Amino acid sequence: MSDQFEPKIALFACNWCTYAAMDLAGTSRMKYPPNFRVIKVMCSGRIDPQFILEAFRDGADGVLVAGCHPGDCHYIEGNVKTLRRMALLKRIVQSLGIEKERLRLEWISAAEAGKFVKVAHEMVEQIRALGPLKPSVQVRV
Amino acid sequence: MEKPKMAMYWCSSCGGCEEATVDIAEKILDLANLVDIVLWPVALDFKEEDVEKLPDGSITASLINGGVRLTENEHMVKLLRKKSKIVVAYGACSAWGGVPGLLNLYGEEELFSRVYNEVPTLENPEKVRPQRSTRVDDVELKLPDVLPRLLPIDRVIAVDYYVPGCPPTPEVTWKAVETLLSGNLPPKGSVIGASGKALCDECPLNGTKPDKVLVQDLKRPHQVIPDPEKCLLIQGLLCLGPATRGGCQALCVKARMPCTGCFGPLDRVTDYGAKAASFLASIVDFQDEQSIEKVMDRLPDAVGTFYRYTLASSSLGGRTRRNKT
Repeated sequence: MSDQFEPKIALFACNWCTYAAMDLAGTSRMKYPPNFRVIKVMCSGRIDPQFILEAFRDGADGVLVAGCHPGDCHYIEGNVKTLRRMALLKRIVQSLGIEKERLRLEWISAAEAGKFVKVAHEMVEQIRALGPLKPSVQVRV
Repeated sequence: MEKPKMAMYWCSSCGGCEEATVDIAEKILDLANLVDIVLWPVALDFKEEDVEKLPDGSITASLINGGVRLTENEHMVKLLRKKSKIVVAYGACSAWGGVPGLLNLYGEEELFSRVYNEVPTLENPEKVRPQRSTRVDDVELKLPDVLPRLLPIDRVIAVDYYVPGCPPTPEVTWKAVETLLSGNLPPKGSVIGASGKALCDECPLNGTKPDKVLVQDLKRPHQVIPDPEKCLLIQGLLCLGPATRGGCQALCVKARMPCTGCFGPLDRVTDYGAKAASFLASIVDFQDEQSIEKVMDRLPDAVGTFYRYTLASSSLGGRTRRNKT
């Protein structure tokens, strides 16, 4: 066992694309780091910004949101809503002291197992380099 | 019959909520007939020790405005909790931190150096700062400690009801008082005095709001003279009415100012700013990243816009880590 920092990353994955891509990566015996806590949603448009902030609050060192490529949404334009939300949310989390690399949006189609594996490696390395997201302010209750 | 006892107290707030209480105007006389006020520092000369002498649970309702930023605030809200049957978080600061809660974006040192050294109108060449204690003629005088963050009062004590607003309007205040005295109390944790629906529902301009609001640009209030007969959103002003609880009768919108969200979240929303940001994201009329970024860039301060009154109660409660200084 090495004692290097293993980041915890919440992954919100769209049922129609990224989740299938992860499945494909598995059946194709591709290797990817086990740092992700996967939450399957029916559409990336289902991801309320509240979920993402709660993930950070509850100990995630990073959050990856992954959905279908623009134009490919199973519900026509759910992923475009996600794109707009993430544009705002990235601004908000940065103002709250969270580096922008910790919140990532990727379009990964059901066929792109390779892309998922690449993104997974990249993100784990980036966050490992940043270190844990430990709040320096302890809120007393 | 003995009248029910009521207490009003201020913590970290601007005093506007006290003004708002007085704004119920001649009804204040009705209030004085209905209840015995046992503590109200802004208006009556009762002291902390008077409250301490009361038996536990003897105050029917305590209305507390302002969040908890000082150890003194903490002590007083705990004392009032012990002495009261019902504790009401009165006003945005008490319920969610309010505008003073935005200080959670900065550290204690940044706060003190701003207030005591950097403010342009300040005259403080010796850089005097408040000390925790000082001796004057053999008497030790003490000031309360500053906590690392401002906390809404429900992070310190159990809160029974919330009255929203910055400040709550006289109508909302009176409705809340009536609810409290009626004996017919809603479930604990409820918002009282205000509406259960979003502000748009009671807005006089709601009829001019199209079914699907879409904006291609955002304007700030000083950049445009809005048409008073048209929904502010379709004029490009970021009105937070759709994400905000109603009850204020759209006072700001009637004065042609967009809603800034002082009545806070609707029921079951845990993070007002996230919800408000989500609302804006849903009305921006672009599909491509570049145009979306361009619209969002028009917001000078996303946290200040969406969390103006609720930062301290948000999921992260403020800046998660201090700036490296």
